[in-house]
Amino acid sequence: MSYIKSQFHHPKLAKNKLGMTYREYEGSMSTLCAGCGHDAVGAAIVQACYELSLPAHRIAKLSGIGCSSKAPTYFLGKSHGFNTVHGRMPSVATGASMANKNLKYIGMSGDGDTASIGLGQFAHVVRRRLDMTYIVANNGVYGLTKGQTAATAEKGSKTKKGSEVLWSDIDLPTMALQLGATFVARSFSGDKEQMVPLLKAAICHEGFAFIDIISPCVTFNNHATSTRSYDYVRDHVLAGSIADFVPVRENITTEYGEGESKDIGLHDGSIIRLHKGKDGFDPSDRMGAINALHTHKEKGEILTGLLYCDPTFRDMHNILGTTETSLNSLSEKTLCPGQHVLEGINNGFR
Amino acid sequence: MEPTNISDPTHFHKVVDCQYACPAHTPVPEYIRLILARRYTDSYMVNWEANVFPGILGRVCDRPCEPACRRQRIEEEPVAICRLKRVAADNKGDITDRLPKIPTKKNGKKLALLGGGPASLTVARDLMPLGYEITLFERDSRAGGMMRTQIPTFRLPEETINSEVNIVLDMGVETRFGKELTSMKEVLDEGFDVVFVGTGAPSGRPLNMPGLEDAGDHVQIGIEWLAGVTFEHIEKAPKRVIVLGGGNTAMDCTRTALRLGAKDVKAIVRSSYDEMKSSPWEREDAMAEKITIIPNHSPLRYVVEDGKFIGVEFDRVETSWDKGKRKLISTGEDPVLVECDLVLVAIGQDATFPWIERNIGIEFDDWGMAVVNKETFQTSNEKVFFGGDAAFGPENIITAVAQGHIAGAAIHRFLQDGKDVNDVPGGHYSIASQKMGIHEWSYQSVISDDLRNNVPIIDLDEALKNLFAEVELGFDEKLALSEAARCLNCDVQTVFFEEKCIECVACEDICPMDCINFIENGTETNLRAHLKVPALESDRDIYVSDALKSKKIMVKDEDVCLHCGLCAERCPTGAWDMQKFLFNAHQAT
Repeated sequence: MSYIKSQFHHPKLAKNKLGMTYREYEGSMSTLCAGCGHDAVGAAIVQACYELSLPAHRIAKLSGIGCSSKAPTYFLGKSHGFNTVHGRMPSVATGASMANKNLKYIGMSGDGDTASIGLGQFAHVVRRRLDMTYIVANNGVYGLTKGQTAATAEKGSKTKKGSEVLWSDIDLPTMALQLGATFVARSFSGDKEQMVPLLKAAICHEGFAFIDIISPCVTFNNHATSTRSYDYVRDHVLAGSIADFVPVRENITTEYGEGESKDIGLHDGSIIRLHKGKDGFDPSDRMGAINALHTHKEKGEILTGLLYCDPTFRDMHNILGTTETSLNSLSEKTLCPGQHVLEGINNGFR
Repeated sequence: MEPTNISDPTHFHKVVDCQYACPAHTPVPEYIRLILARRYTDSYMVNWEANVFPGILGRVCDRPCEPACRRQRIEEEPVAICRLKRVAADNKGDITDRLPKIPTKKNGKKLALLGGGPASLTVARDLMPLGYEITLFERDSRAGGMMRTQIPTFRLPEETINSEVNIVLDMGVETRFGKELTSMKEVLDEGFDVVFVGTGAPSGRPLNMPGLEDAGDHVQIGIEWLAGVTFEHIEKAPKRVIVLGGGNTAMDCTRTALRLGAKDVKAIVRSSYDEMKSSPWEREDAMAEKITIIPNHSPLRYVVEDGKFIGVEFDRVETSWDKGKRKLISTGEDPVLVECDLVLVAIGQDATFPWIERNIGIEFDDWGMAVVNKETFQTSNEKVFFGGDAAFGPENIITAVAQGHIAGAAIHRFLQDGKDVNDVPGGHYSIASQKMGIHEWSYQSVISDDLRNNVPIIDLDEALKNLFAEVELGFDEKLALSEAARCLNCDVQTVFFEEKCIECVACEDICPMDCINFIENGTETNLRAHLKVPALESDRDIYVSDALKSKKIMVKDEDVCLHCGLCAERCPTGAWDMQKFLFNAHQAT
């Protein structure tokens, strides 16, 4: 078995604005099962960061426990990383963001880490609208512990061994919408053309961006009776709207007929250009998005694409009025202004 | 685009760049793997079967394989394929048991091979085991042809030539040494069933310029001079020597002159340095010995004053290209006189056949060359075949060997009852999975980062003192293994089975070289434009699958594939497999 991917790359490989090839955004070689959807998610993150020309050292990737949470080792090898306790990634991400809001935070979680043990943490990080990209690699199964069904597995679907899922699933995009996320999308690990622009938009979005990515488990949940297998998802997927990501100061080249497209301007000046699918809906309508998710689910379809985006909402730092400077760059005097300031604060409570 | 037909060996054969470029189609990666496994004798035999002279070619081959080597498109330098061949030859054990058995009961057919060079020896090697009685005619006292007479011993030691030539002669070839051929008719009248002409291109081209007659012995033909050195008629060179010409023979002349006592040796060429005909490494070897190369000088006349030879006068020129034709244009500066004591002319050589009567059914063209069928090497006299430089003009040893194999097989068909000489078979190939277990391959799939290793050489002063001291020492085992590990195993093919693919795209993600793409089908130009790294200007083939479940297709650009097997390792369903494609060019059987 190979543990090393050759450092040789295609001699004509393109470079981004920083003069880097996408290979310089890769991590170590994956030890996930061959064909794991999470590797495709990782490759899409690499591609998105490369295309955005993000300096790798200005990105922090955070994760909990599970196959999904192992995955950050396999992308962005030159970025900061924190593999936290099971389900506790949101707390650590919040702390990190409080200390330095100038990094891009990418949280990589799974269905167990988010929808089971970490559900409480998840709810609060959404509610607080932390400026981060929160990705759930969702395969409906606990791969690391050999294939028990997760809380996102659909009722009535069957495990590899044939036992039926008895409980209704938790639909994470719906939860994120209800709890106040300002960017919500769903995608499929087998569709990089959709994943990459969504990830780029999510990373550029200032606020809480949530992407639920159906990422099949080839080992425990890719059988005929699964609703999270490559074949099933490919047959039932429905792209609600096709998103193009137009970076700052780049000419818009995609042409759509009148009324067929809608631009969403993000804080940094980049644009998400939506081309409505045949079953299109308005992604600025939170309730509409929830309705669409459920209507399609009733029909047995998996709605993907950008579901909701509102770039006007304030994120946690806006609400709290935190400092622009990272804490490690502040002088001791600014960080500890002295007894008289403390006294002033205390007096304010009297 | 239609899916690639992988049941036709062409696609995979072309992927093995080195083997495809080798005229004799030596299975290069196969023998390099055997070196890596330190199975030197096995490696030697793989070579011997394909190219007959591994020890010789491992030193002096023109190595068309190396410029073709995929490694050169990935990092700077190709694998030192040629010098690895020498490693196999240097370290081999006894091969007597492995040589083909020569039948004591002959098949009743008699062949004459004219000329004792690589083409004739290859025909003998291929046909002796089939029971032919073979007589070899050679004007020199020993066989080997240009390998012996035109290549200096410090590049190719005599014992190397002797051992590999003798393997063939010891099969029971009857030899007639030391007699110039004077009449083809006489040979045919002896009753041979087939006569094979492998007499090479032994006539060095003279340079007729004013002053030639007066210059006398001061002007000599390069290859004749080199042959004189080989047979020890010439033992000394004067102090100042200039060599006219920029090919490999010219380089050999300069280095030989240096060893025979010349102090000031220059190679003077009409072309620019980059357009010189010699292989780059042969130029570099000459320059390492302090030979001066003077480009852009076109000779005007031999200068003789008062009966005394002075040197050669040159016009300074520039190269210009007009519709693909090279033109040398005078710069208009004054001519330059280069003084010297000896001029060696190495500007080309020709095959000439004054000894072949023109009325015995062999058709000749306007240039004095026999008309030879390119597929069978047969002439209009069905009993006469040609091969090597005699057939189509000067090439190199490996081309002569390749033509010897083809001619040998054609002769065998011609003399076998019921076979059509023009029914030329293609090569033979096998393809087999190299999977040894889960994620385990029978070959070294990890890509070496080592840069090309230089072959150790002897001390320059030592080298120049002794004409017979071989300059290159050859790789020692450590260097040989490091160099062998640089081979990318391009013959271990990535074979794709679309019916097994679930389109998880793990292979696309893991491929270090971005070879693999899952895209919509289209015209070839369209596909090439939409690859992850577009390949519109590449002349290398792309590997195209049939439609997958999503209606997309898999397109692999074979150009820079490392054959690292990661696509197959990361494939959950075995839709990719690494399969060794072993191709052997056809030989007489």
